[in-house]
Amino acid sequence: MNATITGWGKALPPSVLTNSDLESIMDTSDEWITSRSGIKERRISHVETSDMATIAAHRALAAAGLEPADIDLIIVATCSPDTLIPSAAAFVQAKLGAKNAGAVDLNAACSGFVYSLVFGANMIRGGTHKRVLVIGAEKLHYYMDFTDRSTSVLFGDGAGAVVLEPTEADEGLLSSELGMDGDSAEFLCIPGFGTIGDRVPDLPSEVGVQMDGQEVFRRAVTMMGDSSVRVVEEAGIGFEDVDILIPHQANQRIIDATARRLKLPSERVFMNIHAYGNTSAATIPIALTEALEEGRIRPGANIVFAAFGGGLSWAAAVLRWGTRTEPIATSDVDFPPSERTTMELLQPNFDFFGLEEL
Amino acid sequence: MERAEIESKFTELLVSELGLDADKINPGARFEEDLEVDSLGVVELLMALEDEFDVTIPDEEAENLTTVGEAIDLVVAKLA
Repeated sequence: MNATITGWGKALPPSVLTNSDLESIMDTSDEWITSRSGIKERRISHVETSDMATIAAHRALAAAGLEPADIDLIIVATCSPDTLIPSAAAFVQAKLGAKNAGAVDLNAACSGFVYSLVFGANMIRGGTHKRVLVIGAEKLHYYMDFTDRSTSVLFGDGAGAVVLEPTEADEGLLSSELGMDGDSAEFLCIPGFGTIGDRVPDLPSEVGVQMDGQEVFRRAVTMMGDSSVRVVEEAGIGFEDVDILIPHQANQRIIDATARRLKLPSERVFMNIHAYGNTSAATIPIALTEALEEGRIRPGANIVFAAFGGGLSWAAAVLRWGTRTEPIATSDVDFPPSERTTMELLQPNFDFFGLEEL
Repeated sequence: MERAEIESKFTELLVSELGLDADKINPGARFEEDLEVDSLGVVELLMALEDEFDVTIPDEEAENLTTVGEAIDLVVAKLA
């Protein structure tokens, strides 16, 4: 028995933060951001992480033709939960009304969705669970220090979800690798957020994202590429059999360099970073949903997922798609209207971290 | 591998990996100022060099590279 994806959905908050908006609050330019990252705009959420997760979950359940009560386990991959206690997954379980589900958060930063997908699939393969909801959801703008123009332009908010179910067919999770280089944690971290930090930090930057872009770039390309090679081999296929690589969307140049290393042409690599930036654990389920919407996943497709992020963590997996590439039903659950502009949503960041003097 | 062969492969990499104009590439050309390669571009180039020539270039050695000639010297030394 294997576990396969039967439902998928995404939730992108309506407020958009463009590069030209960023030009108005910091010394940057559309050209600078685009050439270094490929990002043109990102979404800023007016609701909490669990709200985005719940909307994506409703859509994934509809696509699978299931009700919330059918789910027996919810895993929310996030590093920006609404609260630490309860977990984001607890909020999702309540908001969905998934009364038969256990629920847990998983934090592996940007690798969190692939970690959670593998955990969820193995709970099904182990026979303890039948229908697992795996969600990646992030409200990363909470951590954005707009006095740091090198990192604050890269991240955004959003959520994506999949439903996993058992299958006896030749499909589902074929192979996976979960990795961590904890010795290199300093290159991408929020150093003072947690019990290690002061309740009121001396410096606001201690509770913002800190990143060494060049170090992360090099390691991301190496680890996403190398782990993809290993999972493809373990799956018993070759790269000529890989229909599409759905990589974590952190930086267009990381994706391009990884694809070059794997000798995959661009039509077999999914990219939507221009529209949403890096939404950490949410990038891959959002990308998978859009790949399906765009007709880029055919029945039986061999999909490679590869992710890299804080930890420094990495994860890769090969999943063979089933036969159905259309949703069984759609959900009309949507975001509530926002009362505030994008800049008003970011005002707490400006108040806490400060703003560049232009 | 002869130095001339390394130079020619190096130029090919700069054109194919970084999209540079072959006419502008010479040993004295500085990556950032003359060739407009940004910091990530230097990393991309180093990774391409490591793959192409099967050498390892640690960060502390990479930090001192400013010109095409210096990068070629480094690869020549690694392969010697």
